[in-house]
Amino acid sequence: MSQNLQKLKYDVVIIGAGGAGLRAAVEARESGLRVAIICKSLFGKAHTVMAEGGAAASMGNANSNDNWMVHFRDTMRGGKFLNHYRMAELHAKESPDRIWELEVWGALFDRTKEGKISQRNFGGHEYPRLAHVGDRTGLELIRTMQQKIVALQQADKAEYGDAEANLKVYAELTVTDILKENGKVAGVYGYWRENGDEVLVEAPAVVIATGGVGKTFKITSNSWEGTGDGHALALKAGANLKDMEFLQFHPTGMVWPPSVRGILVTESVRGEGGVLTNNKGERFMFNYIPDVFKDKYATTPEEADRWYEDQDNNRRPPELLPRDEVARAINSEVKAGRGTEHGGVFLDVSKRLPAEVIKKRLPSMWHQFYELAGVDITKEPMEVGPTCHYVMGGVEVDPDTAAAIGVPGLFAAGEVAGGMHGSNRLGGNSLSDLLVFGRRAGMGAAEYLKSNGSNPVSDATIKAAADRIEAPFKNQGGENAYSLHQELQEVAHNLVGIIRTGSELKDAIAKIAQIRERSQKVTVAGDRKFNPGFHLAFDLDNMLLVAESTAKSAILREESRGGHTRDDFPAMDNKWRQVNHIASYNGSEVVVKAQALAAIPKELFDLFDIHELEKYMTPEEVAKGGTN
Amino acid sequence: MARKLNLRIWRGDATDGGLKDVVVDVNEGEVVLDVIHRVQATQMGDLAVRWNCKAGKCGSCSMEINGKPRLACMTQVASFDEDETITVTPLRAFPIIKDLVTDVSFNYKKAMEIPAYSHPKDLAPGEARMEQVDVERSQEFRKCIECFLCQDTCHVIRDHEENKPSFAGPRFFIRIAELDMHPLDTLKNRKRTAQEEHGLGMCNITKCCTEVCPEHIKITDNAIIPMKERVVDIKYDPARMFSGLLRREKRS
Repeated sequence: MSQNLQKLKYDVVIIGAGGAGLRAAVEARESGLRVAIICKSLFGKAHTVMAEGGAAASMGNANSNDNWMVHFRDTMRGGKFLNHYRMAELHAKESPDRIWELEVWGALFDRTKEGKISQRNFGGHEYPRLAHVGDRTGLELIRTMQQKIVALQQADKAEYGDAEANLKVYAELTVTDILKENGKVAGVYGYWRENGDEVLVEAPAVVIATGGVGKTFKITSNSWEGTGDGHALALKAGANLKDMEFLQFHPTGMVWPPSVRGILVTESVRGEGGVLTNNKGERFMFNYIPDVFKDKYATTPEEADRWYEDQDNNRRPPELLPRDEVARAINSEVKAGRGTEHGGVFLDVSKRLPAEVIKKRLPSMWHQFYELAGVDITKEPMEVGPTCHYVMGGVEVDPDTAAAIGVPGLFAAGEVAGGMHGSNRLGGNSLSDLLVFGRRAGMGAAEYLKSNGSNPVSDATIKAAADRIEAPFKNQGGENAYSLHQELQEVAHNLVGIIRTGSELKDAIAKIAQIRERSQKVTVAGDRKFNPGFHLAFDLDNMLLVAESTAKSAILREESRGGHTRDDFPAMDNKWRQVNHIASYNGSEVVVKAQALAAIPKELFDLFDIHELEKYMTPEEVAKGGTN
Repeated sequence: MARKLNLRIWRGDATDGGLKDVVVDVNEGEVVLDVIHRVQATQMGDLAVRWNCKAGKCGSCSMEINGKPRLACMTQVASFDEDETITVTPLRAFPIIKDLVTDVSFNYKKAMEIPAYSHPKDLAPGEARMEQVDVERSQEFRKCIECFLCQDTCHVIRDHEENKPSFAGPRFFIRIAELDMHPLDTLKNRKRTAQEEHGLGMCNITKCCTEVCPEHIKITDNAIIPMKERVVDIKYDPARMFSGLLRREKRS
C-alpha cells in the first residue's frame, strides 16, 4: 500500500466520462447526490467524440409517420430479436426527450426547413431518424454534457462557494478494482496516471460507463481506452456479462494506408447516397439481401436510386442494410477476390452529390481522407473494409434501473451494458442508448441510496487492491505488456473475429489462457510516473478477460446471428434466439452458461406482423403470442 | 518499404530533461504518432505521450513538432524531407508532467469561468425552432476539439506566465463567441465580460491561433474580431456611456 494513499468519499462514483457516464452524473447530481466522475483520459476526450452519424430518436421531424413503435420494431429487427425487449422499449420511448433535453443544455443540431432538429437516414431505420451535427454528432453530445457538468458546478459554486463541492471530475485516473464489503459495493480503488499514486474512493454506489472492448482486436475503430475495463471490473466484482459473443464489425473502416487501418468511415456516407462496389464495378449489395429483409429493400439499382428522392414509393437501397449484413457482404467479396488492391471495397459518394454538399454534410470524412490517405472523396471513391467497432455484449442489468444483476450498488450504462442491442446494434442507437440508460443509471443509483448508506472499506480489502498495483514492478524477467497485447490482438482478430469456426475458437481459448498466464508475470520498465507500459499492464488484464468471455460464449452458440458468424453453423436457428449466454468469473477463469431470454409481452408482440415473427421465432412461441 | 527515421524526443520532467535521439522504422503513410508508438513499444516502454482517437477528432496528442504546435496523429511523416530529423517536444505554454505530457489544467479552470448557456425559461424541450444558417455561426466554434494548440501558440500566455490569471485564451474566446451567437442564449453582456473579465483586449490579433487550429476554425476573423468590434461599439457609444454613468450613480 502506498504511503500517501489518497482517500475520498462520495455518494456515487461514475467510472467513465463518455456520454453514458456524463449523463448519469448529471442525473445523480440533480438528484442531490455528491458525485465523482473518474476517467482514464482528460475530460472531454472519451470515445463518444468519435461517433459521427447521429443519435436515433423518433421525433418525426423528417417523416411524421415515425414514432416509438416503429423505432422499437427496427431495433428488434436489427438485433435479430435477441434484444431485451424492455431495454429496446424504454430506449425507443425515451430517446426523443433525451435529444430535446440536450437542446435545453445548449446543443446545436442541424435543422430542417421548419427549424426543427434535422434527421438523417441510416441503416436499418425505416425513416430518417438520426439527429445530427454534420458528421461530428458525438463531439456535440460530449461537449454539451461537459458544459452541462460545468453549469452544475457553477451553480454549486454560487450556492456552496466551491464549484467542485458536490461534483468533481477526476481525470487521468485508472480504476483497478471495484471494492465490496458485506456483499455490497463499497467503492473503487485505482491510481493516478500522472504519478502512480493510489486512490481509494469510498462510495456505496458505482456506475460503470466505460464503453467498449475494441482494443482487444487488431483492426478497430476504437481509441486506446476501449480496453473492456468496465466489463472486467464488473466480472471480478461478481456481475455477469451477457451476449459477449456479439461483436459489431462496422462495414466501413479505412483500409489504406496501414497506419489508418480501422479508422471509422461513417455510415452517413451511405445514408447520404454512397454506393458500395467491388473491383469489377458491380454494386454487389443486391446479392446479399437476406430472406428476413427481402421485402424491405430495393432489388435493382434503379429503384434504390429513386428511393433517395421518393421514399414512400420505393424500397431502401441494400447499402442501408444493418451493419452485420453489410460487413459480411464486404468480407465475402474480398475473400472471393473481388476486393480492391488493399483488401477492401469501394465506397463512392462523389457521383451522387456535388462537392460542396459532400464537404458540408460529411466534413470530417473529407478531412480524414484528404489528410490521412490523400484521397479527395468529392472526386474519387474511398477504400473501405470491416473494423471492430462495438460490443453488443456487456454487463447484465435490470432494464429500468441499470442495476447490475447480482451486485447490489453496481450500475452499468452505455456500451458496457448488455441486452439493449441484441445480436447487432443499429447505427445511431448508441448515442441514444447512452443518453437513455445513462440517465436511468443515475436515477437507479439515487433510488438505491435511499435505503443503502455508506459501506466502509476494510483495511484488508485495501491491501489486496494495493498489492495488485504493485505486482508489475515486483515481477522480474517477465515479458512487456506491449508484445503480449499485440499477440492477443492477433489471436482475437484471426480466431474470434468476423467469421468464426468451432476449431479456431477452441484454439483461441487455449491461446488466450496461455497469454493470460504469461501476463501474470508482466514486467514494467521505469517507475510509476506517467508510465504507459505500466498502464497497459492493467488494460491487458481487462482485455484478456473480455477475450476469454467472447471466445467461450462464441464456441457455445452454434448458429450465425448478427455480430456472431459461424462458418460451421452458417444459418440462423430460431431455437438459439431463446438463449442468452451469461459469462461469470469464478476467481480463476470465465464460465459461460445458457439462460432463457426474457419473453416479449403481448402488447409488444402485437406490434409486429405475425409473418415477420415467424422468421425469428419457433412455431410454439408464435402460437403463444407473447406473455401475459 | 520501411525506412529509418531520425527522431529527437524531449524526455524528462519538471525538474530536468533534454532531447534524446532515436532511430526508428517508418512505413508508408505513417503519422508522427505512429513512430512515437513504435519507439514506446520497442525502445522506451515508459515514454509518456497522450493520445486517444488517432483520427484528429479528440485533440489529445497535441505537441510541438519541429517547434510548431500540431496534432501528432494528423502530421504525416512524409510531409518532412527523408533525411530530416523530426523533433518532438511538449507544449511550451503549460507545465511539464513527463516527456510529451503537460499539465493542461489551466484550460479546464478557464472553462469553469465562462458562464454557461442560458436557455429561455418559457421555451419547453422540443419547442425550439432555429434556422440552419443561424446555428451554423456557432457550430463553427463547436467544432473545437479542445486540443489547446491555440492556447499553446498564443504569445499572450506562451511567453508571459503572468498573463494567465487574466487571460482566457483563444479557445475560450470562441466559446464566448459561440454562446454570444447562439440563437437562443438569454445571458446578456457576453461581449462586455469577454473584454472585462476574460482578457479579450489583450489579444492583438496576430492570428497565430487560427494558423494552428486543426479544425480550421477562423478563430480571429469570425470570433475575436467581431467581438472586439462590438465591444468598441458598446463601450465608446456616447449615448450608452452617458446612460451607463447614470445607472452607476444610481447604484452607488
